[in-house]
Amino acid sequence: MKFETPATTNPIDQLKIIGKPTNRIDGPLKTTGTAPYAYERHDVAANQAYGYIVGSAIAKGRIASMNLDEARAAPGVIAIVTADTAGKLAKGDFNTAKLLGGPAVDHYHQAIALVVAESFEQARAAASLVRVEYARGKGKFELAAALDTAITPPTVFGTVADTSVGDFAAAFAAAPVQLDARYTTPDHTHAMMEPHASIAAWAGDKLTLWTSNQMIAWSVGDMAKTLGIPKENIRLDSPYIGGGFGGKLFNRADALLAALGAKAAGRPVKVALPRPFMTNNTTHRPATIQRIRLGATADGKITAIGHESWSGDLPGGGPEVAVAQTRLLYAGANRMTAMRLAVLDLPEGNAMRAPGEAPGLMALEIAMDEMAEKLGLDPIEFRVINDTQVDPEKPSRPFSQRRLNECLQTGAAKFGWSKRNAKAGQTRDGRWLVGMGVAAAFRNNLNATSAARVRLDKSGVVTVETDMTDIGTGSYTIIAQTAAEMMGVPLDKVVVKLGDSAFPVSAGSGGQWGANSSTAGVYAACAKLREAVAQKLGFNAADTVFAGGKVKSGRRSVVLGEAASDGELVAEDMMEYGDLAEKYQQSTFGAHFVEVGVHAATGEIRVRRMLAVCAAGRILNPKAARSQVIGAMTMGAGAALMEELAVDKRFGFFVNHDLAGYEVPVHADIPHQDVIFLDETDPTTSPMKAKGVGELGICGVAAAVANAVYNATGVRVRNYPVTLDKLIDKLPDIA
Amino acid sequence: MKSFTYERVDTPAAATAAFARSKDARFIAGGTNLLDLMKLEIETPAHLIDVSRLALDKIEATTAGGLRIGAMVRNTDLASDERVRRDYGLLSRALVAGASGQLRNKATTAGNLLQRTRCPYFYDTNQPCNKRQPGSGCAAIGGFSRLHAVIGASEACIATHPSDMAVAMRALDATIETVDAAGKERTIAIADFYRAPGKTPHLETALAPGELVTAVTLPKPVGGTHVYHKVRDRASYAFALIAVGAIVQRDGSGRVALGGVGYKPWRVEAAEAELPRGAKAVTAKLLAGAKPSHENAYKLPLVERTLAGVLAQARG
Amino acid sequence: MQTPGDFDLSRRGVLAGGAASIAAVTIVPTEPAAARSKPAPAPPAAKVAFEVNGTRRELELDTRTSLLDALREHLHLTGTKKGCDHGQCGACTVIVDGRRINSCLSLAVMHDGDKITTIEGLGTPDKMHAMQTAFVEHDGYQCGYCTPGQICSAVAVLDEIKAGIPSHVTADLTAPPQVTALELRERMSGNICRCGAYSNIIDAISDVAGVKA
Repeated sequence: MKFETPATTNPIDQLKIIGKPTNRIDGPLKTTGTAPYAYERHDVAANQAYGYIVGSAIAKGRIASMNLDEARAAPGVIAIVTADTAGKLAKGDFNTAKLLGGPAVDHYHQAIALVVAESFEQARAAASLVRVEYARGKGKFELAAALDTAITPPTVFGTVADTSVGDFAAAFAAAPVQLDARYTTPDHTHAMMEPHASIAAWAGDKLTLWTSNQMIAWSVGDMAKTLGIPKENIRLDSPYIGGGFGGKLFNRADALLAALGAKAAGRPVKVALPRPFMTNNTTHRPATIQRIRLGATADGKITAIGHESWSGDLPGGGPEVAVAQTRLLYAGANRMTAMRLAVLDLPEGNAMRAPGEAPGLMALEIAMDEMAEKLGLDPIEFRVINDTQVDPEKPSRPFSQRRLNECLQTGAAKFGWSKRNAKAGQTRDGRWLVGMGVAAAFRNNLNATSAARVRLDKSGVVTVETDMTDIGTGSYTIIAQTAAEMMGVPLDKVVVKLGDSAFPVSAGSGGQWGANSSTAGVYAACAKLREAVAQKLGFNAADTVFAGGKVKSGRRSVVLGEAASDGELVAEDMMEYGDLAEKYQQSTFGAHFVEVGVHAATGEIRVRRMLAVCAAGRILNPKAARSQVIGAMTMGAGAALMEELAVDKRFGFFVNHDLAGYEVPVHADIPHQDVIFLDETDPTTSPMKAKGVGELGICGVAAAVANAVYNATGVRVRNYPVTLDKLIDKLPDIA
Repeated sequence: MKSFTYERVDTPAAATAAFARSKDARFIAGGTNLLDLMKLEIETPAHLIDVSRLALDKIEATTAGGLRIGAMVRNTDLASDERVRRDYGLLSRALVAGASGQLRNKATTAGNLLQRTRCPYFYDTNQPCNKRQPGSGCAAIGGFSRLHAVIGASEACIATHPSDMAVAMRALDATIETVDAAGKERTIAIADFYRAPGKTPHLETALAPGELVTAVTLPKPVGGTHVYHKVRDRASYAFALIAVGAIVQRDGSGRVALGGVGYKPWRVEAAEAELPRGAKAVTAKLLAGAKPSHENAYKLPLVERTLAGVLAQARG
Repeated sequence: MQTPGDFDLSRRGVLAGGAASIAAVTIVPTEPAAARSKPAPAPPAAKVAFEVNGTRRELELDTRTSLLDALREHLHLTGTKKGCDHGQCGACTVIVDGRRINSCLSLAVMHDGDKITTIEGLGTPDKMHAMQTAFVEHDGYQCGYCTPGQICSAVAVLDEIKAGIPSHVTADLTAPPQVTALELRERMSGNICRCGAYSNIIDAISDVAGVKA
């Protein structure tokens, strides 16, 4: 099915099942520990051996020598894989650094060997007996020191490095009110709870990988390329994924080394990345240095807006697209954005939840707060004044829907914004300084081609098969809701099977495109199944109604299963997209409100209240969508207050590479959270009229926290995370 | 983890005897730190002696009016003990400020005292660390040192001791009872228990090899208001940036011990004489001679301000 | 910018092998490989018997086996999760003799005679424990990986409050602690949920405890 013109009324609009806050259908499995994650598939292959990875002890250089004698002689050892023994391996298109290093080493904890043994304990012990001598090379590890060498990155996925409209320099110079400020965001790690894990088994030249992966088809393709075998010889199965956040978009060392280990051992092998190894071995959100310049008239109209961002990555990597939102979020006749990319020899930078916008808004939305104060305007009013209903870089192109102002104003009323003291450092609650902050949320909507297969059996059960993944987002449930709505059956008559590369290729989970795209694919397949049912029953497809488990046409009505009485009906289709996303700028909007307390003596910062208001098209399941948003708000609070990979600039690695050292929010950090979804549909996005919320939810949160800290204390921190050591010397004296 | 043999013992005498006849043995009780370190091969015992079921799990009144806390008393049980909550509130507060509910259910009194630093370079076996591998150097110096010691450190090591409980024990003048392989018992004042890193940061306590902690004794209660303020980036389940434990009497006198600033719970009795003059005066003496790095210099004003807050809280 | 070379000059001794080539410090052989001519003996094993979810289980295990790995790899009770294996996340939480612990930081052989309850022992998809039902109802999970640990912890937390065990946020140490959102948040802080379902988890536990979150 091709989606080329805005959607009109369709079966989804019945909203009998779609749009309802149903419990997620995978809940009973997940809450009883019976949902099987990758490393737990004892049932899928007999005689599994255990692999344990050896990581590089240096960040850059080469392996001078590797002695495997002791490891080989260790109890239980079956095989050892290194670059020397693995045979010729290519690098996957989605990997910047090789998943198996050696003799060249590209980054710290790059995998350099896998030891396979009978037990986990034996593999782990033997891995430590691999003796390696390195020749350490010189590397670059500090972004701030590499700025001089930063280059203009090439255009990737249509994202150009620099944009310019009007005459920014002149307009900024002439602006009566100006802001010119520098912000930094640190490296972040996904820290999903389930470590990357895979079980690999070969049957002849065919490989099966039970793994934990967000993008099945990408990863099949990359694994095929890496191993030099046909795609058809690889099956990936990833029905449950213990968190991804962008960290499982691609194959990682567990998958490749499980495959190589299984080949070497001649039996199935399972490999998980040890937690202290994950941070430096896998990808991370790269640090940025950002400069923002705003020029405005005295009454608050932006006349010049400029945003520059510097980030680093390994050779061949890409930039953090931190200027993305600035191209679209606010009006202003004179504009410029620019990105520069330095080569750094730290581990590979890549996507993490809302890449680009998340760190970009961390900076931009502080800048907006600062500028509002300079103008003597309420920060909400300042944003409202500078709203735009068209793409400000291409004014002929309207937003398909844009209700940012309503998000801000609805939130202000709900949150009690009017009680905020505009003057910072004025509100006390006992030992706590109290402040409120706001930030706009913005994230583009993306659609991707997505296919599904639906089966109808004689009992009326509809089974959906697609390689779409559920990384905690609710895919199982919204897909079931879509199929149920389309086929007119209750939710418990739908079975959803996901994450298997044997199923039709979906959009996968990333870039908050999953919900709308994958359900649209299911819509297409169900539309085909409806036709098949009508045809089978000899009904006129045009006036056939699917409702209450029955199929009706005119005066005829039969139970749905009747259509499959002499054999299963199967339909497969995909949703493809025309140029609506070029004609219309499709984005999601929101507003985040935060109240913090800052301990007057110690500078400890605690979030007291949080509210998000989102305008993101049709909300397919408000319960699951709300969870996406509160989760993103939590990650945003972490980015604001604690998350930072500490770079050792001498040795070139992230020092705090475990869950004790890299602090993410715990229960005690997060108050009750409120989320409001504005009631809207966006007919330009798909027949589902939906967009994504999973990334919108994190966009702007950290800035709202930082702005609240400023409002509480009068101390402006522009370098994340906002920790007490950055406040302590500037807090008021205490008795 | 290196392989090891395992035995469980029923008495302290059996424990020390087992140690004496084994090579590279370690006692294990809660295991929450030792197993963590063994997985990374920072600790590599060849033999584990399970002392977790020794009958050292009682908290008993002493004839001196204090409490004798068995070495195997779990952190949860110690924090929950009615007498501890009533008379040694600082200890209860410090305990529940540490780790998580799950870890406190396993961690023992002795194990808590003996836990090792959480310096990330100590934990990364690819990095030089004089505590882990004597003579290899200290990567924390000149590296990521935001969490490290500001006082009492050496050219060889700037690690902190991570315990909250020990800070309270230090303020309460606890003594540590031990028995050695020959069956000889002794007591060690907590002030003398931790060794300065000097050139030998791998030697951390006054214990001899095979010497087993059997109990920690608290003197009779000193009254006063007990406040433990642990400062950290996240609100729970994190080690201290700094911690201030104080016992403040009505007349303004009192005791102060710090966590997160040095290789041991930091207390300078002479500084306590300054308490009536306030936090600034106390901190000046308490942290005299501090040598922070650029990254952890914030700990000095933080200690002073936290202490000021603690004193204000104690005054009510 | 500082280079490793500069560092060597200023921090003598850190890189024992010099700037150009180092033998990574901790993987210098402790005994020469050549000294070992025959394969090493099998690692020490020990017998252990404990009760898991009401069933007596007897195992002979490599002494290094954690309780977590005994459950997951030997008994195939994979509901208990390995998130960090270092006591830093709480995904492996199980209830042993009525107390919640991190099963990753506990040797299986140390649990002889113990009674262990895992998520599988609390309820099944067909017969869920009230806490499991509440987690589903309040959407107190997302990816599901930390969830069994959260639920085991939550069940134990309510018992801990009943037993009068104080927490960091208990205002009065001498009075019995109450079930409040503040208490639950502090007590649940040893269970990290990176998906960020915290607000809903507290609602779920409050629901089971019969209090308003």
